[in-house]
Amino acid sequence: MSNIGSYDERYSKFDWKISIDELEYGKNGMYNIGYYCSDRIVEKGFGDRIALIWQGFKGDVKEFTYNDIRVYSNVIAKFLKDNGVKSGDRVCIFMDRIPELYITFVGILKMGGIIQPLFSAFGEEALFTRLDDAKTKAIITTRKHAGKVRRIRERLPALEKVIVVDAEGQNLKPGEIAFNMETSKPVDSFESEKVGPEAPSVLHYTSGTTGKPKGALHVHSSIIAQYLTAKWVLDITTDDIYWCTADPGWVTGTSYGIIGPWACGVTQTVLDSGFSTEKWYQFIEKHKITVWYTAPTAIRLLMKDGTNLVQKYDISCLRHLISVGEPLNAEGVIWSEKAFGKPFHDSYWQTETGSIVITNYPGMKVKPGSMGKPFPGITATVLDQKTFEPIKTPGKVGLIALKPGWPSMFRAYWENKEMYESKFKNGWYICGDRSSIDGDGYFWFVGRDDDVINTGGHLVGPFEIESALLEHEAVAESAAVGKPDAVNMEVVKAFVALKPGYEANADLELSIMNFIRKKLSPLAMPQEIEFVESLPKTRSGKIMRRLLRAKEWGQEIGDVSTLEND
Amino acid sequence: MTEDIKNLIIEYVKKEYLEEDAEEEVNENTPLISSGIVDSFSMVSLKTFLEKKFNIKIPDEKATPEAFDTVNNIMNLLKEFNVT
Repeated sequence: MSNIGSYDERYSKFDWKISIDELEYGKNGMYNIGYYCSDRIVEKGFGDRIALIWQGFKGDVKEFTYNDIRVYSNVIAKFLKDNGVKSGDRVCIFMDRIPELYITFVGILKMGGIIQPLFSAFGEEALFTRLDDAKTKAIITTRKHAGKVRRIRERLPALEKVIVVDAEGQNLKPGEIAFNMETSKPVDSFESEKVGPEAPSVLHYTSGTTGKPKGALHVHSSIIAQYLTAKWVLDITTDDIYWCTADPGWVTGTSYGIIGPWACGVTQTVLDSGFSTEKWYQFIEKHKITVWYTAPTAIRLLMKDGTNLVQKYDISCLRHLISVGEPLNAEGVIWSEKAFGKPFHDSYWQTETGSIVITNYPGMKVKPGSMGKPFPGITATVLDQKTFEPIKTPGKVGLIALKPGWPSMFRAYWENKEMYESKFKNGWYICGDRSSIDGDGYFWFVGRDDDVINTGGHLVGPFEIESALLEHEAVAESAAVGKPDAVNMEVVKAFVALKPGYEANADLELSIMNFIRKKLSPLAMPQEIEFVESLPKTRSGKIMRRLLRAKEWGQEIGDVSTLEND
Repeated sequence: MTEDIKNLIIEYVKKEYLEEDAEEEVNENTPLISSGIVDSFSMVSLKTFLEKKFNIKIPDEKATPEAFDTVNNIMNLLKEFNVT
């Protein structure tokens, strides 16, 4: 029997109070997520339970109990306070997937800081844009990534503290602070900041079509949704060994790579290694993983290596599989039934929703290729693109929209009220994706409603890439679009017109690719560059990105005259 | 010749994928993909470099994380294209 039981029954009788009661959320005035992910589990008598099994790429393993998480997060919280970081200050985590990342996350919450998790593969310009926007006060990083911070620090007057967790005092520059979680004096008692349920907790940056990336601000009471979705959708119990493959630089890696599982008191695993099919199967076999939350891109890479490789390993321990990041095609679901004897359950949500909102549930019939049905407590529909009224006709495509009010919904874009308000129409939150709903109430993903590129489950904004491209000495104008890719769903393709005196050739292509990779991130790096004489533009001079994208997808370009007037 | 190619690739990896003040050492057996020095997206730029440098076309099915995981593995891949 799954945790959710009957979906229909849960949906019809739902109240978020179920989660509040189970968590005892707000008892003694405590709303801090940090407390619920550590101290509370220890108070319940499970301090000796393993909270984190971490494995490095060389195969080295470290384990941390819930009591370890409690004490080490206390150490971090106290250290930050002692160093002048105050409740409400933004504190960036900029590290690979090492244990300190996960435990620091809890520590920052405990002292009342607002966490700004950033993907460690970000280049210095991507890092600068986000730290500058959030006026981040402190960044916690490692020696490996400190160089990127050093090169931009002078441009960041608000950044007072650079904390390096693996430095032990050596190789630091003036103004940087060495900190070692494990060798610091243990802090057995630290009272988590008594924040309110609406106090900000996590600030996740996400990309849009236009403008700079924006910070989606979440609050402590988001845990009400993250806990219950982890329990009902991921179906985790305290007997499970859970693996979320997402990096905590992105929302899946925090909502379901830290908050959800630890609020449930489950043992979770982390593999800090690049992708390799064999390594992944070895990891599942070695740690007897039972619940696995991964991404369609990874599933498609596993598919490429076939089912024979699966047979080499005893991974019969797996009991529930879930997928997120981009729509999981029907082939992926069917293949996983063949390879693992069970289907992947697609789940849909985004940075702004904070938790899973539409998904396939354990025990509910999976329609391969479908996103599933709304989580209990979530009112979801598709809206007509012109009237913003709900579409009643099954199979008709519209904008995915949610009724605001679920606990983990973002509360703002950081200092960007106008952008936040633009996401709501007719009393609905507009997700920016298109889908249809069939006669049984299942949602079917169609595509995004904007130019944002979804590559390997990560959203990349074309504007940020185009701005960076223009900084390359040879580039006169550019456009970035998503082009279809068998593994990543989309990859970035750039159209580039060169300045006079530059010649289009393979050397220049590689130079531009590496320029973007280092400046922004590997995700933003164009996987293909097409050199063009000029780019198609509207009468007002705006580049017709949609036209270029349509060509890549083999879609009808339609009436170009309307685009020209955009 | 083989040593020259090997060194060329090692130097390229150091220059393009490591920070200027990086403490990591890169030799022919250093894991590149599994260690995260080169991630799966960046692998495309490494592939483009090899294709351009040696005037070859590596098909996607041969550009696997395993084939790119060490410089020695890359050397084995290049042998298939008679680059030695």
